[in-house]
Amino acid sequence: MKLSAQAKVFAVLLSVGLFAGCSSTGDTMEDGAYGSDVEPIDQQGGSTVYGGGDQDGISSSALTDEERSNAQRQAEQAALRDITVFYFDFDTAEIKQEARDVLIAHARYLANNPGQKVRIEGHADERGSKEYNLALGERRANAVQRFLIVNGASRGQLETISYGEEKPAVMGSGESVWAQNRRVELVFQ
Amino acid sequence: MTQRILTMPLPQKSHTVTGFALMAAILTFLAATTVHAELLIRVTEGADSAIPVSIVPFAESGAIPPGDKVSSIVRDDLVMTGEFRSLAPEKMLSLPSRRDEVFFRDWRMLGQRYVLVGGLTEKAGQVQARYELFDVNTEKRILGETASAPVANLRSLAHHISDKVYEAITGVPGAFSTKLAYITLDKHNGKSRYRLQVSDVDGKRAQIRLESPEPLLSPAWSPDGKKLAYVSFETGKPAIYIHEMASGKRTKIADFPGLNSAPAWSHDGQSMLMTLSKDGNAEIYQMDLQSRQLKRLTNHWAIDTEASWDSAGKGLFFTSDRSGGPQIYYKENVNAEPRRITFGSRYNARPRPDSNGKFVYYVHQRDRAFGIARTNLKTGEETVLTRTESDESPSVSPNGRMLIYATKQGDSSVLTVISADGGDAYSLPASEGDVREPAWGPLTR
Repeated sequence: MKLSAQAKVFAVLLSVGLFAGCSSTGDTMEDGAYGSDVEPIDQQGGSTVYGGGDQDGISSSALTDEERSNAQRQAEQAALRDITVFYFDFDTAEIKQEARDVLIAHARYLANNPGQKVRIEGHADERGSKEYNLALGERRANAVQRFLIVNGASRGQLETISYGEEKPAVMGSGESVWAQNRRVELVFQ
Repeated sequence: MTQRILTMPLPQKSHTVTGFALMAAILTFLAATTVHAELLIRVTEGADSAIPVSIVPFAESGAIPPGDKVSSIVRDDLVMTGEFRSLAPEKMLSLPSRRDEVFFRDWRMLGQRYVLVGGLTEKAGQVQARYELFDVNTEKRILGETASAPVANLRSLAHHISDKVYEAITGVPGAFSTKLAYITLDKHNGKSRYRLQVSDVDGKRAQIRLESPEPLLSPAWSPDGKKLAYVSFETGKPAIYIHEMASGKRTKIADFPGLNSAPAWSHDGQSMLMTLSKDGNAEIYQMDLQSRQLKRLTNHWAIDTEASWDSAGKGLFFTSDRSGGPQIYYKENVNAEPRRITFGSRYNARPRPDSNGKFVYYVHQRDRAFGIARTNLKTGEETVLTRTESDESPSVSPNGRMLIYATKQGDSSVLTVISADGGDAYSLPASEGDVREPAWGPLTR
């Protein structure tokens, strides 16, 4: 999954690079540049343009350092966003340290994609009373919602619901099962 | 030897027992289907201080249907309370059905305190039961009646007899003619099927009232036993419905943003306590059922839920985690400051006060296990009632003598009845799936 995310990012960057690099002059490509994977694009007027070059025809070495680190960061963010389930300790709604970076990645993505909606589903493990667990699941979903908003998502993109203990991820009992059921899931709409 | 014919001056009382089953049959909204997977009673523990009682198989005449005998039903009812131990018919030295056939010395030898004898006569589809209860030591009759019902309602007739026998011995009206509501869940091919069901107190004559692919929770009986409120996720989020038993008519009464949960009827049936989170977090509200107006009863950033009126109907118990974890709180009236009731462990939730104002029952964590405990409302003393590990949803019988709750057995949830004082437990396991969220119905009439 990580690879395809990266591949996606590269594809995005490539097309960006292509349009950015396009000019009416024919540019030559250096070997080893990203452009070596590029297919010639036919533009109107019939001239063929190869991506990867800059305006005055000098084919600089692929992407700048900044562009490269941007690409890497975007790949990392996309990989983080593959994680959509967050776990909690018994009877708490505290977001764990390891969840924070992932949620920030999601929040940024939502900020950049205002049309994207997410449903935040809160759950609890089976122990204790059902109604209290409904409220606990809601508290967990609300905690995640607040965190996303603070980090850039807007309220209108987010919907919360709690299922309490009614929809466990894993059936059965025991600490390892319960730990997997105390969770919030992000469901992208 | 001439036979003396004794006339027994039975009291003039004659009851026609119609039973719930008749009302249930008139469902138009939802076809009431009788479930194959009936709950079964199983004894899980023996009784120590239980009263030894003999229910002698009744004499029969006419077309009495085969199947569970009236005497077996009465026997099971009494034993389920945890207060009685019954003598198996194989051990009886004789099978009297009338006073003049009872040799008290025999019953004393068997260590019995009470003996019930009687007869069933069927005529033209109607069964009349004649039953007499004797105190073995004083040799006095303490109960003697006739009662009748249509043949189809033989079980109701048996439960009626149990009620009378229980009251004659303990002074407390029996709760054997009441109903249970509960939720079952079974999964086939990854699909979940939730059902709201109503059955007799022994799990028999179960009828499905609602079926849904989405969760159903928190069934709550109206005080007159004619309606059930519950939470349903059928619209995709939790909402509260009222469901009329006789007609099957359903009304959605709460569908606010966020939670709509934990419905609890007022004693006059005119309002409903509920947990809503529309104003930011889980709080308790009282909804007038006529006007649908809401009155907010709690105001705290903590979770406040699972409200239940006290026996007088003036104060209410609820669960709140305002002190860090869930505990039971009490408000003397709707405007009073909440007062914490439980202190013995870090998790106490889902309070259910009895109708006598003596105790409140709740889910209680001890060590790593979740059991049921009760607090004496006068003394504040807490007693843990169960020894099982994963208990939920306690519900007290309307006479305050029995408690039903859901417990995990293996992978499934089953219903268990115990004496309200704790101790002997009777499991009602379903043959498949999960049974949960029992609600004990009111005494009818």
